Amino acid sequence: MNENKTLYTITIFSENTVGVLNQITTIFTRRQLNIETLSVSPSAIEGIHKFTITTFSDDEEVMKKLVRLIDKRVDILKAYYNTDEDLVHQELALYKLSTEKVMEHGSIEYFVRKYNVRVLEVSVDCVVFLKAGHFVETQGLFEELASTIGVLQFVRSGRIAITKSKVERLSDMLAKREEHKKKTIELNTISSL
Amino acid sequence: MERDKQTQPIIAPVTETETLSGSEILIRALVAEGVDTVFGYPGGAIMPVFDALYDYKERIKHILVRHEQGAVHAAQGYARVSEKVGVALVTSGPGATNAITGITDAMMDSTPMVVISGQVNSSLLGSDAFQEADVIGVTLPITKWAYQIRRVEDIAWAVSRAFYIAASGRPGPVVLDIAKDAQVNSCDFNYQRTTFLRSYQPVPDVEKDRVKMAAELINSAKKPFALVGQGVILGNAEEELQAFLEKGGIPFGSTILGLSAIPSDHPLNQGMLGMHGNVAPNIKTNECDVLIAIGMRFDDRVTGDLKTYAKQAKVIHFDIDMAELDKNVKTTVKVAGDAKVSLPMVTELLEERAHPEWLAGFETYDQKEYDCIIKNELYPESGEIKMGEVVNKVTEATNNEAICVTDVGQHQMMATRYFKYNQSRSMVTSGGLGTMGFGLPAGIGAKYGAPDRTVCIFVGDGGLQMTMHEFGTIMDYGIDVKIILLNNNFLGMVRQWQELFFDERYSETRLKNPDFIKVADAYGIKGRKVTEREELGEAIAEMLGHNGSYLLEVVVETKGMVYPMVPSGGSISNILLGNGHSL
Repeated sequence: MNENKTLYTITIFSENTVGVLNQITTIFTRRQLNIETLSVSPSAIEGIHKFTITTFSDDEEVMKKLVRLIDKRVDILKAYYNTDEDLVHQELALYKLSTEKVMEHGSIEYFVRKYNVRVLEVSVDCVVFLKAGHFVETQGLFEELASTIGVLQFVRSGRIAITKSKVERLSDMLAKREEHKKKTIELNTISSL
Repeated sequence: MERDKQTQPIIAPVTETETLSGSEILIRALVAEGVDTVFGYPGGAIMPVFDALYDYKERIKHILVRHEQGAVHAAQGYARVSEKVGVALVTSGPGATNAITGITDAMMDSTPMVVISGQVNSSLLGSDAFQEADVIGVTLPITKWAYQIRRVEDIAWAVSRAFYIAASGRPGPVVLDIAKDAQVNSCDFNYQRTTFLRSYQPVPDVEKDRVKMAAELINSAKKPFALVGQGVILGNAEEELQAFLEKGGIPFGSTILGLSAIPSDHPLNQGMLGMHGNVAPNIKTNECDVLIAIGMRFDDRVTGDLKTYAKQAKVIHFDIDMAELDKNVKTTVKVAGDAKVSLPMVTELLEERAHPEWLAGFETYDQKEYDCIIKNELYPESGEIKMGEVVNKVTEATNNEAICVTDVGQHQMMATRYFKYNQSRSMVTSGGLGTMGFGLPAGIGAKYGAPDRTVCIFVGDGGLQMTMHEFGTIMDYGIDVKIILLNNNFLGMVRQWQELFFDERYSETRLKNPDFIKVADAYGIKGRKVTEREELGEAIAEMLGHNGSYLLEVVVETKGMVYPMVPSGGSISNILLGNGHSL
């Protein structure tokens, strides 16, 4: 279904208010875009939240329009999109395996060496692996585990990403806004004199 | 700065702090924002606010409508003619959901409006309480901003922010949903108007290099053509636009909402764009070499098929909303910003030009349109009365000075085609959403927004019956509006499409109508029904001379057609003229 489509990563910075996600998702819905992954967390700046959303599209124009519509919302500070070349990105995955089956298989070391997994838990009932990586890497481990040991539970996080470019769009935007605020205050002071 | 023009003299910011109830804080905040008129309807969850309003009757006039849809449309009509923010006050649940159509309409047509809805107690939220509706969830996609106030402390700043957002930049509707306990509880009141939000840039700065590129492109044009939208009116840039067009010798067409920005008789005015617009501006859009769009959004009713739209032209787009640039039509030069700022910057760099040959080309099509359509529509000598004929007689009788309010349908197209204007903010119509039922309540609001002007409301027999209960509001407050009902006993526009595109299968479009004059009479509105052409002029004179509201019902041609017509989704060069004529 997503053949010939590009995966775009949309980064959004918003004020931390109720209902922002709703405002964002309705814009995706109106354009009939499926959200592939979603990750939301407080950003480096207090009071500002960062959304990282991925979606497939065959038309970059649609992405341009999409981010402009998101950017336009009052509670959104900045929205932009990138493709994978522009980004360092990562996903996390957790794998729950039966301890008994792992013992039958024989080697945890194999997975640690081959996939660089971390072992988070070993109990009588289960072993839990953690793997960070790109989709193909977490998926690769899942497939191998599923075919050899069997996976009791599997979960993958949404993508998180940072841009490689030296342009920092949020800080630039905030600096501009601060400048604008100063001007507004000056103008108001002059007009009230 | 921009907002100061848009509101009445402002009461100085309250500096001393007082302890007040949430309801009183709300009312005081409205007063501080210069609000003098509110359209509304009370109900359980908003009663404390109505109670507080009782003590502020001298400061805020409340108009009790007969249905919440009417309140919102009236607030829209008020805002559209007055440059102020329209305000509607409704209760929770059904009160708020009845307001949805008008909120959506205001979003589509960029109308500054604040809708305040009551909400159940904050402790009951989410419990399916009596008259609880998820108003924020419903209105988020159809508002510029929607916010639920659960604590009395949040009322003052939220109202301040609401008015700032509604009026600044590209205006739009804002919803404030106030829980009943927030209305009842008390806190300190200290009002500050909002002038800055870090996440919101209402007016992008005009970039000088874009201005230069635009001016160079226009100076190089042999056949420039401008498209004027409502952005010019909303930005109070009518004079700046006129200076720009005159210096460049640039003919222009208006979108339906851009009508009246420049007087109808201006020599560069080529009329209306779009599906039922004038022939010349549509044809010339596809012949010009530089197309200059100002404060308009290339709606599909204006462009028809985008694949064939102005492909030969270089496009310059002026707009305050960045999201409109390159949305539908790819531009050569984008000039983001306030037209009141950007247009004079471009005008300064323009060379004085006239394009006599290019302009003469419009006249050929104007003549054709006159001969094939207009002559017979406005000056028929026999047969049933025509809609255009009525509109023309009304505009003439008002010296083109009235405000024209319309509902939606054939009469709307006739009114927008044939009504004439000599000042801005003279056309109030539902453009983007096409809301039947808009006309009567919007006309009521327009009268409050411009009490010194004559308000002529054109309605059809279908649309009138969608909000006819507002006759009650007219009666109650003695509102002087002139209602011109163009009655063809059909849902005329749908019937027209059935005739043209559905093999004349008139599915559910014939209306069996009441005696409208009797209905009006029941509400104390003077009325007269005209069926003969000879009576028409005198009846219009009687209506305009009458002191008070008046319903003039004109029985018009049953199967009248609005021509010219660009069939939906077709090229704007492919225009139907009707009656066997072709271009």
